[in-house]
Amino acid sequence: MKALLVGECRDGKLLEHSHELFGFASQLGAETAMVLIGSEGALPSYGGTVYLADASKYGEYNPDLHKRLVQAAVEREKPDYVVFMHTSYGWDLAPRVAALLQAPQVSEVVALAEGGFERPCCSQKMRQVVQAVGSPVVLTLQGGAFPAVVPGGTPQQQPLDVDGKGRGEFLGYEAAARKGVDLSRAEIIVSAGRGVGKKENLPVIAELAKVLGGEVGASRPVVDSGWMEAGAQVGVTGQTVSPKLYIACGISGAIQHLAGMKKSGFIVAINKDRDAPIGEVADVLVVADVMQFVPALTAKLAK
Amino acid sequence: MKILVCVKQVPDMESRFRPDAAGVWYAETDLAFRVNEYDEYAIEQAVLLKEQLGGEPEITLLSVGPDRVVEAIKKGLAMGADRAVHVQDPASHLKDPFQIASIIAAYARGEGFDLIFTGMQSLDRGSSQVGVALAEMLGYPCATTVVGFEYADGTVTVKRELEGGVKGMVRLTAPALVTCQLGLNQPRYPTLPNIMKAKKKEVNVIPVEQLLKQEARLVLTRFRAPAKKGGGVVLEGDVADQVDRLIGILKDKTAVLR
Repeated sequence: MKALLVGECRDGKLLEHSHELFGFASQLGAETAMVLIGSEGALPSYGGTVYLADASKYGEYNPDLHKRLVQAAVEREKPDYVVFMHTSYGWDLAPRVAALLQAPQVSEVVALAEGGFERPCCSQKMRQVVQAVGSPVVLTLQGGAFPAVVPGGTPQQQPLDVDGKGRGEFLGYEAAARKGVDLSRAEIIVSAGRGVGKKENLPVIAELAKVLGGEVGASRPVVDSGWMEAGAQVGVTGQTVSPKLYIACGISGAIQHLAGMKKSGFIVAINKDRDAPIGEVADVLVVADVMQFVPALTAKLAK
Repeated sequence: MKILVCVKQVPDMESRFRPDAAGVWYAETDLAFRVNEYDEYAIEQAVLLKEQLGGEPEITLLSVGPDRVVEAIKKGLAMGADRAVHVQDPASHLKDPFQIASIIAAYARGEGFDLIFTGMQSLDRGSSQVGVALAEMLGYPCATTVVGFEYADGTVTVKRELEGGVKGMVRLTAPALVTCQLGLNQPRYPTLPNIMKAKKKEVNVIPVEQLLKQEARLVLTRFRAPAKKGGGVVLEGDVADQVDRLIGILKDKTAVLR
């Protein structure tokens, strides 16, 4: 059994989570090779074959060319699995590769189970097991689901080239909005989610943060609704935080949010849905309406 | 100009999910269905573009699913789409993303859409495959996870959301497909007059058999709740009591209240 692992580079560096691909392959018991559109400086310390295409020639985001580069590596390696991380790169590129290879694709795999792949569904509240018909199978892996493994060794490089150009034009990156507080340094964060109900309720969250001497964060829907600035967003697409105490108010726990806060020392979640995925990482889950519980907590703490 | 918006109807995610009789997907009993949130952003972006272009483009809404999806179609029409296609499929939940994309592609191929909007994923299945696979089948360039959209003279310029707050700027030439991420716009609420108008709009019903020619590549074998990690304390009941117990735990287990 063989797995072709698709690494990911940004700004000339191999992204850290690419190492989780090796952790997955070892659970699968598969031989590995890697394909990377990057540079020699971005190679992992990995003793196997790395098919390396030059990012300065093909671009870091050029899906038409990247899919054909992956296809070229597939033709040489003949893998049973082609594995991506479930990132903005992976979920964009994997379906294109699957379409080109006429291959089945399983997205956001979190485990191997019952001869198939386990993946979340229903906004992370449930799991499904999926079996794939045909080969190779294209997979994307949920970040953090498999251990990062740095295999060690020096890669045997195989240059990779394709002709032609892509249809879209990549115009460049726009840096993150960094207004307001640097939540990465906060010791206590009280975060507001959709369960807060409306913008007018936010002072209730701010009051609790004030009493605790902490900062206020937010989940994505709160920022998308314009209730709070983008700089307050905690999660994969916002800030990654690790305070001593994290209080999630009315946050259901989308995987992108969990990934940004689960390293917090102690996690309290307040949610009226007992089955909300935030319960998986919370040290204490308070099953209650935020607008009833939080003011009561603040009042008691203020005494 | 012709625009297609693909819409899925999904259950409210605050629901309690139970396996169906086959044990491979959720039972629909007691579930309330609504428009997939990502798709509301897709509808809104199509309507904003129609407004920008002085009402010229025709917006077709398409949904694959059983009879209940008519409610989702009505909402999209009330938000401003012009007409709709209901691909009638009582077993759409057993179709894999590749089949769903091929169904939509079979419809769209002869229609010559200039732009296609989809959500970046559905809230229930969440494969994030259908939009991209559809683009590949139609030979359209495509950008995913879009949080910014501009159109001028056949050129689409989008902002893709990447990790860590970084955005990637991409330019595509129509015909093109974009998959919409939350935060792209502010989906409107249909007004009462528009809800009334929507009732008169055309809904073309097509049985799925006419469009589906592909075998499934994925088979669902199990649907279940995740294994509980354990360790976490759950506080339920009276609020005052919950407050006291939480403060007790925080004093006991953390240094922040001392």
